[in-house]
Parts: sequence; structure tokens; C-alpha cells
Amino acid sequence: MNNAIALKSILTKETQRFLRIWVQTLVPPAITISLYFVIFGSLIGSRIGEMGGFDYMSFIVPGLIMMTVITNSYSNVASSFFSAKWQRNIEEMLVAPVPNWVIVAGYVGGGMARGILVGLIVTLVSLLFVDIQIHNVWVIIATVSLTSATFALGGLINAIFANSFDDISIIPTFVLTPLTYLGGVFYSISLLPDFWQGVSKINPIVYMVNAFRYGFLGISDVNIVTAFLVIGFFIATLFTVAMVLISKGIGLRS
Amino acid sequence: MSHALEIKSLEKTYKGGFQALKSIDLTVEKGDFFALLGPNGAGKSTTIGVITSLVNKSQGLVKVFGYDIDTDLEKAKSFIGLVPQEFNFNQFEPLMNILVNQAGYYGVERKVAIERAEKYLKKLALWDKRDDAARMLSGGMKRRLMIARALMHEPQILILDEPSAGVDIEVRRSMWDFLRELNSQGITIILTTHYLEEAEMLCRNIAIINHGIIVENTSMKTLLAQLDVETFVLDLSPHDKKITLTDTDYRVTDDHTLEVDLNKNQNLNHVFQQLTEQSINVLSMRNKSNRLEALFINLISDKTATKKSTKKVN
Repeated sequence: MNNAIALKSILTKETQRFLRIWVQTLVPPAITISLYFVIFGSLIGSRIGEMGGFDYMSFIVPGLIMMTVITNSYSNVASSFFSAKWQRNIEEMLVAPVPNWVIVAGYVGGGMARGILVGLIVTLVSLLFVDIQIHNVWVIIATVSLTSATFALGGLINAIFANSFDDISIIPTFVLTPLTYLGGVFYSISLLPDFWQGVSKINPIVYMVNAFRYGFLGISDVNIVTAFLVIGFFIATLFTVAMVLISKGIGLRS
Repeated sequence: MSHALEIKSLEKTYKGGFQALKSIDLTVEKGDFFALLGPNGAGKSTTIGVITSLVNKSQGLVKVFGYDIDTDLEKAKSFIGLVPQEFNFNQFEPLMNILVNQAGYYGVERKVAIERAEKYLKKLALWDKRDDAARMLSGGMKRRLMIARALMHEPQILILDEPSAGVDIEVRRSMWDFLRELNSQGITIILTTHYLEEAEMLCRNIAIINHGIIVENTSMKTLLAQLDVETFVLDLSPHDKKITLTDTDYRVTDDHTLEVDLNKNQNLNHVFQQLTEQSINVLSMRNKSNRLEALFINLISDKTATKKSTKKVN
């Protein structure tokens, strides 16, 4: 059994899926992010002044890109895997000699592909509004890759447990969006009182946004090494949970 | 020598306590054309689900070509092609993608997969639809797509769960021809069906399951031999005579059709002789096709409570 071919097949299928419906998957983030730039960057941002030593527009760009990557990585896997369960075409993989890690890696890879592609599109759109500087390209690549993997795994676990399409919108609406907005996308957590800074540091998205911002601007509210350790911890934990769930056939096998 | 499929003491109890399989034993030999029959809820699909790992068994042993699904699951899966009862492909995906990706899950190189997809799409009259989304297909076409998909990794054992459901007679017959062709190439075929005529025409061996118990497991020939009476349908040339036959039950169903019931110890020559004496010509003759149905009804009503010992078939 050639696992590389199986993995490539799942990745191909997943990529074909979101490219086939590009009007639903690729265009909306570009439009949404343009509105963020116009409203928060140009109109309101010009009155805010500097944040972290940079003009407000430059400060929020990395956070907005990361927010898009997080949302798209998560929702891609959540909707694709749940649809596969709902239409029962997940059985195509379950009856085949595909190891569980290949199924997990394939779906996560698909989520990462969409998250990163949308991130690139949003980055290109942001160039229309602001000159982007790059402090450390490797930190940018590592952060975006690991963050998209983290949330793709989260989306997969959500889809495994989901019994209806409502179930795959609850977590993004009630958990992901608040964590993202409170994750330092629009502000530096150093502006918060000490207590709320401490609370913010429980939020993993703070580490992801700040590590990503460090890659562009060279500034961060958290230690970069700590940020990567936190992201690594979440990936390892979520991967383990996903593997256990799929191995036991939770939500997949009777 | 290993069997194509070997099941021993297989049990399945679902959450909630429903026991779908009650220690069933079943053996299917390589190259067989095997029917697994039973009424709705008898345990057919659960059995297939366990074999294909879509259902977790509660207890028992399942081996596919000698590979135990507990210890060599991936190897066991590689032998099996499954055509499930329900349509279970992505309705929005083009046919070609469905087939090529499915082959990929079994480690088939993309180039080879494309060639095979072309072969099976042409064979099953779906080539013109190769770029269409699967939801655009008719019911019969969807069924054929699932057969093509199951063959993409060239399995040694093909399991079809109600393949004729919702398929018109023309498509059904062409499907039967195709399945016979596959079987003649050495592929073991296991079929569940509600069309007993289908099982009778195609299968050499048969198991009947009811309430999670195998109530019969034998060759089709042996099973049909249990019939005390067999009905023949005779197509007659046009005539205006009143037919009279002695020593046998018969029915004149219309001007040119005669149904004759013969016991095991009677022969047809006696019937032909009487018809000839009455100057009535027989144009053609066939078995009335509900022979298995009569046995089936009898078996599931009488033998359910008594589990029969499993016999090795073939």
C-alpha cells in the first residue's frame, strides 16, 4: 500500500473541492478584508495613531491575515469532513486501506492549503492599502503553517462530533470569533490592565497573532519561543485527539 | 488454502442493545458467486459492514483471503470492492475525479487510475458523463458508477449490497451480464438482494439470514432441490382446443400459456405426449421464476428459531 499516493489523493480531492467553489471560498475573504482595511485602517485607523511603534494599518495587517487563515483552515475541514460524513462518501476512505494518520493528514493538508491560499490573497489585497515590511520570512512561514494546521485539526474534531450543519457553525461563532477578536488582532495586549493581559495569555490565538506580527514587524507582546511552544502543544494535543477519535470510529462507524 | 471470506461466531450488538448478528458462521470460497439473502433488518448490511470495517463487530472472527480484520485490516481491505446499498459518493464531484481518487486511496498511480476509469466508464456506458457532477446521473447510472468505483483497485472480492434497487430491468440485465463476466474472470462476488430471481439466476451458493441468524447455507442447486413441486410455463402455438391433462395440476393462464406443476417423480415427456395427442404445439418453455421465493418464505418463517450448523460451500 502506497500511503503517499493515498495522501496525495485526499489532498487533491480537498483542493479540487475548495477551488471548484472559489466564489464561496476565495472571494468572500478578499472582500471582507478590504472592508476591514477601509473601515478600521483608513477611516478609523488614521485617527488612532501609532500602535507598537507602527501606524495602525500596518499593525493590524498581520492580525487580519492570520484571522483569515484561522477561519478558513477551520471551516474548510469542518465543512468538508462533515459533508463527507453527511453524504457518506467518507466511507470511500474508511473501506480502503488508508491508515488513519493519512486521513487526518489529508484533511488537515486540505485545510492548510485553503487557509494559506486565502492568506496569500488577503496579503495581496492588503498591498493595495499599505506597504508590507518583512522582518523574518521564516517566522512568517512557520507561524502561518503551524497555525493553519492547528485550526484545521480543530475543524476536523468539530466535524467528527457534528451531527448537523448547525454543529459545525457553533464553535466558529461562539468560540473562534471571540477568541480571534480578543487575540490581539486589533490591539496590543500591553494596552490591557495586568489582570486582563494575564487572561489574554490563556488564549492561544494571542501567541499565533503575535508570532505572525513579529515575522512582519519585529514586535510581539509574547516571547516568540513561547509562542511556538504553545502552538506545538496545541498541534500535538489536537492531532492525538483526532487520531483517537478516528481510530475508535467515533461518529464514523456504528 | 484460505477462503475468500471466513466468518466465525460473528456477533454485533448496537448501542441500545439491539443484537443484529447472533454468532453467525459463513464461508465463501474463492471464485464463488454467493447470495446473502434475508428480509429487511435481518443482518445482511451489518454483516457487510463488519467485513468492510464500516461497522465495529462485538465479537467473532472475520478473515478476508486469510487476513484477519483484527490484525491485518489494511491488507484485508485491499482485497475488497464494495458497492453499498445507498449512494455514498460526493454528489458534486465529477465522475472521473470520484474514480481516480478512489483508486488513489488504494495506492493506484494516477496514470493507471485514469486508464482504469476510462475502461470502466466505457464498459458501464458512463464515458459520456465523465465530466458531469454525480448528482446529474439517473438512479441506474449512479448504481453503475458505484460498481465502477468498487472495481478501480481491481479487487479479488466484490460485495454488492442490493445492487438492483431502483434499477430498471434493462439496466439490471446488463448489470447481471457484467457481474457474470467479472465472476468468470475469477472475482469472488457476494450479493445481497431482494430480487430472489436475481440470486437464483446468478449465484451458485446461498446463505439466508433472518433475525441475525444464518438459517440456511448451501448451494443453490441443493436448496432448489428441496422443492417438491416445480412449475413450468409453456408457451403454446395458437389453438382453439380445450386443454386436458391427466395426473398433474395445471392452469391455462391465457390462450397461449399453460402452467404445469410437476412433482419430483414426474417428467415432462408425459405432458408433451398429452399435448401432442391434442395437436397442441409447444413453442417454448421455462421455469416459473418464483421457485426460490417459495423456499425463502418457508425458510425465514420456519427456521428462524433453529440455527442451522454452517456448512462449507462449493
